[in-house]
Amino acid sequence: MPNQKYTPDRPAKDSQANGEELRVIGVPRRRVDARAKVTGQTRFADDIFLPRMAHCKLLRSPHPHARIRSIDASRALAHPGVYLVLTGKDLPIEYGILPVSQDEQALCVDHVRHVGDPVAAVIAREELTAFEALDLIDVDYEILTTISDPEEALATPEPRIHDYGEEGNIHKRVALEFGDVEKSFAEADEIFEDIFFYQGSTHLPIEQHAAVATKDPDGKLTIWSSTQTPHYLHRALAKVLNMPPAHIRVSATPNGGGFGGKSDPFNHEIVVAKAALLLDRPVKICLTREEVFYCHRGRHPVLMKFKTGVKKDGSITGMHLQTLIDGGGYGSYGVASTFYTGALQTTTYHIPRYRFAGCRTFTNKPPCGPKRGHGTVQPRFGQEVQLDKIAEKLKLDPAELRLRIVEAPNTVTANYLRLSTVNLSECIRRVVKISDWKEKFRKLPEGRGVGIACSAYLTGAGLAIYWNKMPHSGVQLKLDRGGGVAIFCGATEIGQGSDDVLASIVAEVLGIDTFDIRLFTGDTDLGPVDLGSYSSRVTIMAGSAALQAAERARELLAEAVAIRLEVPKEQLRFADKHVFDSVVPERRVPFHEAVCLAEARFGTIGTVGSYTPPKSPALYKGGGVGPSPTYSYTAAVVEVAVNPVTGWITVPKIWIAHDIGRALNPPLVRGQVEGSVYMGLGEALMEEQEFRRLPKKLSHALVHKFPSMLEYKSPTSLDMPEVVTELVEEPDPRGPFGAKEVGQGPLLPIMPAVANAVYDAVGVRIDEVPITPEKIMKALAEKRAGRDPRCGPSHFPHVDWPEALRVPPPWEGGDGNAVNDVPRPSKPRPEKEKVLSS
Amino acid sequence: MMRLPLFEFRSPRTLEEAVRILDGQGPSTMPLAGGTDLLPNMKRRQQVPRTLMSLRHVESLRHVQLSDSGSRLGACLTLTDIAEDPRFRNGMTALAQASALVATPHIRNMATLGGNLCLDTRCNYYDQNYEWRKAINFCLKKDGNTCWVATGSSKCVAVSSTDTAPALIALGARVRLFSRSGEREVALADLYNNDGINYIKRRPDEILAEVLLDPLHGWKSTYWKLRRRGSFDFPVLSVAAAARFSTQGVVEDARIVVGSAASRPLVAGEASKSLLGRSLNPESIAEAAALAARIAKPLDNTDFDMTWRKRVTAEFVTYALRELRGNDMHVERESVTRHPLPQS
Amino acid sequence: MLITLPAESQKSAHIRIALNGEHVDVSFAPYKTLLEILREDLSHTGTKHGCELGECGACAVLLEGKPVLSCLVLGVECDSRNILTVEGLGLEGHLHPLQDAFADLGAAQCGYCTPAILVTAKSLLDEHPQATRDQIRAALSGVLCRCTGYLQIFEAVEAAMVKIAEQNAAAK
Repeated sequence: MPNQKYTPDRPAKDSQANGEELRVIGVPRRRVDARAKVTGQTRFADDIFLPRMAHCKLLRSPHPHARIRSIDASRALAHPGVYLVLTGKDLPIEYGILPVSQDEQALCVDHVRHVGDPVAAVIAREELTAFEALDLIDVDYEILTTISDPEEALATPEPRIHDYGEEGNIHKRVALEFGDVEKSFAEADEIFEDIFFYQGSTHLPIEQHAAVATKDPDGKLTIWSSTQTPHYLHRALAKVLNMPPAHIRVSATPNGGGFGGKSDPFNHEIVVAKAALLLDRPVKICLTREEVFYCHRGRHPVLMKFKTGVKKDGSITGMHLQTLIDGGGYGSYGVASTFYTGALQTTTYHIPRYRFAGCRTFTNKPPCGPKRGHGTVQPRFGQEVQLDKIAEKLKLDPAELRLRIVEAPNTVTANYLRLSTVNLSECIRRVVKISDWKEKFRKLPEGRGVGIACSAYLTGAGLAIYWNKMPHSGVQLKLDRGGGVAIFCGATEIGQGSDDVLASIVAEVLGIDTFDIRLFTGDTDLGPVDLGSYSSRVTIMAGSAALQAAERARELLAEAVAIRLEVPKEQLRFADKHVFDSVVPERRVPFHEAVCLAEARFGTIGTVGSYTPPKSPALYKGGGVGPSPTYSYTAAVVEVAVNPVTGWITVPKIWIAHDIGRALNPPLVRGQVEGSVYMGLGEALMEEQEFRRLPKKLSHALVHKFPSMLEYKSPTSLDMPEVVTELVEEPDPRGPFGAKEVGQGPLLPIMPAVANAVYDAVGVRIDEVPITPEKIMKALAEKRAGRDPRCGPSHFPHVDWPEALRVPPPWEGGDGNAVNDVPRPSKPRPEKEKVLSS
Repeated sequence: MMRLPLFEFRSPRTLEEAVRILDGQGPSTMPLAGGTDLLPNMKRRQQVPRTLMSLRHVESLRHVQLSDSGSRLGACLTLTDIAEDPRFRNGMTALAQASALVATPHIRNMATLGGNLCLDTRCNYYDQNYEWRKAINFCLKKDGNTCWVATGSSKCVAVSSTDTAPALIALGARVRLFSRSGEREVALADLYNNDGINYIKRRPDEILAEVLLDPLHGWKSTYWKLRRRGSFDFPVLSVAAAARFSTQGVVEDARIVVGSAASRPLVAGEASKSLLGRSLNPESIAEAAALAARIAKPLDNTDFDMTWRKRVTAEFVTYALRELRGNDMHVERESVTRHPLPQS
Repeated sequence: MLITLPAESQKSAHIRIALNGEHVDVSFAPYKTLLEILREDLSHTGTKHGCELGECGACAVLLEGKPVLSCLVLGVECDSRNILTVEGLGLEGHLHPLQDAFADLGAAQCGYCTPAILVTAKSLLDEHPQATRDQIRAALSGVLCRCTGYLQIFEAVEAAMVKIAEQNAAAK
C-alpha cells in the first residue's frame, strides 16, 4: 500500500482530478444522504429503540450557586418502575473538552454552578416514571453567593466558582502585543475609541440532544449520541468511566442541527453510559428543550473596547482591542474562545500593529462555548461597526474604505496568521454591484437604509484540541469486486453535508457516481479518527484525506488497467464508471473490472489517506488559536426599514458574496450561506440567551429568562428576507479541489451590516446586539434631544491585565516568538499541553 | 420528551352529557377542545386536572349561523375555520384577522374559538417547566406565594393573551355558558376579571358553548397585533377597533379594545366615546390614540420592554383607525405582521 | 422479587387508525400523545419532536388531511381517524415530487424538520395546486428550520408544484 506523505501541490487554477472537466465536483447534485432525510429514515439518536431499553432523567440544581451537603435518593429508588439512581459519587472523575479545563463532573459531587447543573440521575422503565421520581430525591444545599456577570465576577473573588484559573473568578486572562501600538496611535491622523456589547445567544438545534448507551454482547460499551465530536466524547468516556478506549465505541448519529452546540462531551452522555454498564441494558436519554438551554455552550456575551488609529486615507495604523467575556459556570472551550475574540481582526484588513487583551470570567450561568463563528463573531461586530464610523468621519464610502485596506493574499499577518487566497475585494465589489449600493447608500428615504460589512473565517482550526502529532483526519477506502466503494471516516454529519463532501471527492477521482459509494462515518470503531464537525474543518481536512485515499486507489487501478489495455497509465482517465484511454476512449474497462484487475494484481484493494494542517508561523504562547490552512471571506449588504416612531425594524433584502475557493456542491454551499445569514439575522434582531435575577430580599435566584422555543426567538419563514447569494470561486491551493469553508463565515457580516444599515436609515448607532425596536427608539429619543444618538455600553471595567507578550510583527523583524517569553522551538513541546482550537 | 401526567379521559357526545360530567367536579375536571393551551400547560405541570373531558364529539359546538338578525358561532369552530371562511369579513374582519394571527397554521387547525377565549393568562414566570418554577420557588399563580413581576402585589398580573377576545369585544359579542343548572348569556366584555388567576367568570362546571353577535350592518373592524415574529408568538399588545359610520363618514358608534396590556382585554371607553359624531381625521385619531394608550399598563412579564409596548399602543390605535377610515395601511401591516391577512 | 407494573406502563388504551393509507391497531398508555404513539408504539420515527409544547412544529403530521402538531393531540382522540406521516408520502416505491425536489434543491440540511415541512407542504399543494410564494411562506410558518434559512425550501415547494402539474397534465 502506498504510504508517502501527502503534500497539497495542486496549482490553483488547475486542480482537476482528470486534467479535464470535473464531472462531480461543482455540479449541482442531490446530496448522498438526501433520500434518507426526505423519507424520514435518517436515524437520529432519539429514533433508536432497543429491546429492554430504560429511560434516564436528570435531577438538576434549582440553585445558581450552592454546595451539596447531602443527597438522599432512597425514596426515588423505592418508586415503582425505577431501576437505578446515580449521584455524583458514582462518577467523580473530572473531564472537559480542553485539557486545560478539566472542570466538569457528570453529576455534581459537592458544588453546583448554575441552575440546571445535574446532581442525580434516575433510570426507569418509562421516561414519565423517571421524571416523577426526580421529585423524590432529597438534596440538601448550602446556598452560596451568586455571581451573575463579568463585572460582578471581577469584584467578587470569593466564593470561587472554580478553584482553578487565574485568580478569584477570573478563568483566563491574556495579553498579546504585535508591535508598538502606542507608537502607531501617535502616527495616526484620527483615533477612534468605541465600546460594544454582544449579547449571548444559543444554537437551538431543532433536535434536542439525545444519547443511547448499551453494553454489547461481549461486554464492551456502545453509545449512539447526537454529538459533533465523537472522538472527543470517546476520550472523555474512557477517562471518566476509567475504561480502556478500545472497549468503547462512540457512534455519532446524524445531528439534527449542531451549530457548535453538540461539540463538548456532555454529562448526560456519560451518565447513560455508566447506567447501561451497571444495568446491563440499553439506556436512553433525550433532553427536554429546557435542558438543552442548560447544556448551552453558546455564544459568549462579550463587552469590547476598540481603539483604532487611522490615516486620512483610511489605512489603519494600529488597533488595541480589549474583551471581557462572560463564560458561565464551566470552562468548556472558553480558553480558546478567549483567544478567538482577539485572533481574526488582522485577517481582513491590513493592521500593521495590534494589541489584544482578553479576560474570561466564570459566572453562575450555563457554560458558554463555541457557536457558529466561535469567538470571532463578537469582535467582528465591533470592528465592522467601528469601520463604518471611521468611514463617515473620513468622508469615505464604507465599501471604498474597505477596498483600500483589504489584506493581501499570501500574507503573514501581524499576529502570524498565514493567509492563502484572499478574495475579499471581489466579494465587496460583487455586493456593491448587485445591491446597487451606490444608488442606495445615504440616498434612500428616511427610514430606509443599507449597511455593509465583511468578515473572514477559519477553514479548519490549525491545532487539535489536545496536543498530538497525529493527523487531524483520516479516511479508509475499500473497493470491492462489484465496483462498490466504501468510505470509512470519523467525520460527523450534522446536516452540513460532510458525507456528501467525502463521496463527491472520491467519486470525482475514481470516475464513479456518488451513489455508488457507501459511507461509514462518525463512528470511532468503524473509521479512522476525524476530530469532529467544528471549526469548518471537515471539507478541507476529511476532504483532503479522502482525496489522498482516492488518488492512491486510482493509482492501483490505473496500474492494473494499464497492463490490460497496454497503454501508459498516465494516459488513463477515470470517468462515467469506466477507466479508459484518453487517446482512444473506446479502449476502456468498466470500473468494477478495473477493481478486479487491481485486486488480482495487488490483493485486496484498500487505501488510506490522512491530513495534517500546515505548521503555523505563530510560535508565541496563545498562537495556537487562529491559525488555519486558509480563510474564507465574505461581504454582505443588508437593507433595513426602520419605523422612525416605534423603532420597529424589518429587513427586506440581503446581498452576500462569499469567497469559497470552489463550491463542491453548489446548492449545499448556497444552503450554508443562507443558513448563516438566517442565524446571523436572528442574532442581529431578536435572539438572546437572557437571565433574570430575582430580588435580593426574596430568592435572589439567577434563572434563564425563557428556556423555551417560544420565547427564545428563532426567526420563522415569515421573518426571512430575500437573500441574493454570489459565490466567488478562485480555487485555493490548500483546499481539496480548491474548496474553502462556508459553514460559518457568512454569518459574521450580518449583525454589523444590520447595525450600519440602521444608522443609514435613521441616523442612530446601536452598538450592541440584538438590535431591537426598543433600543432604536431609545437612541432616536437621544437624537431628538440633541445627545449622542446611540444605544450601547458606555464603560469598560478595569481589568488587571498581565504584561503583554510582545511579538514583533513579521515586518518588524519578528520570528513568531515573544521577545519577553522563553523562545519556543518551531513546534510546541508535547509535554506542555496547550490550548487549542475549535 | 415532555410527558403528560396521568389523567382520566371522558368523551361525551352531547352538551347535556358534557355538563353532567362537569357537574360538581370543580377545576379537577377540565374541558379539552383544541388542546393547544391546556396540553402544554399540563406537560409543564401548570395545570394537572384529574379528568380531561374532550368536546370533540359534541357536534352542536361546531355550528355556524350567520343571518341578518345576528350570528351564532359554535365554540369549537377552529381558528382556521374562521380565518379561512370568507363569510367572516366586512363587519367581522377583526375576528377573521385575529384568528388568522394566532400562533401558527398548525395550531390554528387545532385550536378553537372557545379555547382562545378561555386561554389561560400568561406570564414569563408562569409559562415555564416545573423545574424552572421550582428554581424560583414558584409564583402566586401556581404553587407559590410571590408575584415575581410585582413582588408587592397580592394580585397575579399574568397577561390576557387571547387574540380573538379583543376582536370580539370590539364587535360587541356575547357568549353563552352552559352548565347542569342552566345557561346564561354574558357580554364578552364582562366575562373577564383583571386578575391573572381568576381571569375568567366561567365557572368550572360551565362550558362556553357559543359566541353571539348582533347584526353588523355598517360596521367596519380591524385587528392589529404586536409580537416579535411573524408566527408562533402570543400578542404582547393588540388593538381591535370597530366603528359604524354614517353615509357621510361620521362615526356613529365605535369600540376600541386594547389586548395583552392587563389580565383582561381593556375596553378603551373614553377613546371610543371621543370618536362619536366625528369623522376619522388626524385630530380625532390622535386624540383617541392618546386616550387609549393611557389605559394600557403593560408590565415586565412578556416579550419586549414594557415602556416600549405602552408607547406602541398609541401607534397601533392610530394604524387601526386610519385603516377604518379607508387608508391603505398595507405597508404598515406587512411591516408589523409579516403576514398575508384577510382583508375586509 | 417481581417488579410491579406502574400505571404509566400499562397499555390500556386501544385505537384503530388509518395510518398512511393502512388500518392499524395500537395499544398504548392512555396519557400518550399521537407523537409518542407514532414513535414509540408504532415505530414510525419519521415524525420528530423539538419541544413537545407546540413551539417548534417539528412533529407536524396530517390529521384528516390537515397539518396538526402530533405532540398536542391525545392518542385517545385519534380512534378512526386518518393520519399521514412522512413515511406515507411516497407512492409505490417512488418519492413524492416534494421529496424529490427537497432532495435535489438543498431543502433538507440536517433533515430534522424536513418530515414536518414535507407533510405541511403536501397539505398546502393539495389545497392550492398553484400556491404563491406568500402562501408557501405562510403555510410553512408553523415549522421552525434552523439550518436552511427557508429559501431553498420555498424553491423546492415551487419546483414540486410545477412537477405535480406536469404529472397531472400527462395523466389527463
